[in-house]
Amino acid sequence: MARVVVDVMLKPEILDPQGQAVQRALPRLGFDGIADVRQGKRFELEVEGPVDDAALARIHEMAETFLANTVIEDFVVKVES
Amino acid sequence: MTTRIGVVTFPGTLDDRDSLRAVRLAGAEPVSLWHRDKDLKQVDAVVLAGGFSYGDYLRAGAISRFSPVMETVIDQARAGLPVLGICNGFQILTESHLLPGAMLRNNHLHFICRDQKLRVENAETAWTADYETGQEISVPLKNIDGRYVADERVLDELEAEGRVAFRYLDGNPNGSLRDIAGITNAEGNVVGLMPHPEHAVEPLIGTGRTDGLAFFTSVIKKLVTA
Repeated sequence: MARVVVDVMLKPEILDPQGQAVQRALPRLGFDGIADVRQGKRFELEVEGPVDDAALARIHEMAETFLANTVIEDFVVKVES
Repeated sequence: MTTRIGVVTFPGTLDDRDSLRAVRLAGAEPVSLWHRDKDLKQVDAVVLAGGFSYGDYLRAGAISRFSPVMETVIDQARAGLPVLGICNGFQILTESHLLPGAMLRNNHLHFICRDQKLRVENAETAWTADYETGQEISVPLKNIDGRYVADERVLDELEAEGRVAFRYLDGNPNGSLRDIAGITNAEGNVVGLMPHPEHAVEPLIGTGRTDGLAFFTSVIKKLVTA
């Protein structure tokens, strides 16, 4: 089965306090040099059948209507080989 | 004829009982609606109550928005049915695109539970007509995903059209843009807010204020005179 990954991230202009909290914790744990952290979501879809243009179009529609809220989030669809 | 107001229960809804009670105390007939049932039982208005429907999985309100009952609620709301979304209900309304913008995690990342002062900015909606514009009220606020966001263009549009219905007073509790606590659609039949008017309807409960009752009396009056 082919795997398609949908990465969902908050739009750059949207404040991400969870990412900020992670970033602030890093020096305390000895991880220096990280200027910024943004937290997102990753969906791994196991696709039945071929991942052709039609399947990708459906996944794009799924991401746009459901997996991401495009008012606040951007998404990227990637086919994993 | 008694006004019938429906309250939707999703799996994970918490405040449906209080909302039904508020409806009754305001003088209408409360009607329970079920998330898997498309039938709105001929109610005259709908309340989407607070809680954590579908566990807030994916995003608060994101899964509820696709439930059978919401298909009908969305259709009817577009046709003028008064709909009030409280807390999780507000999140469902933004996910449904019946109201613009979105709700995100509070900027300080903490769950808040306290009484919250609000200013009524628009007393002409179906759910606010029994208030006066500029009136200050206090009702409970309890959430972790209460930060209202929208892009600048949408915010300017909301302000210009008087569609900011409620604003937080005495400090912004969650980082909501422009201190927005609640908004309305252009027609004034769909209103959403994060604080909980249904918890402030009886003198015996909480701070003893009944500042929330006017939401429910507003819509009854609106429906009776319609």
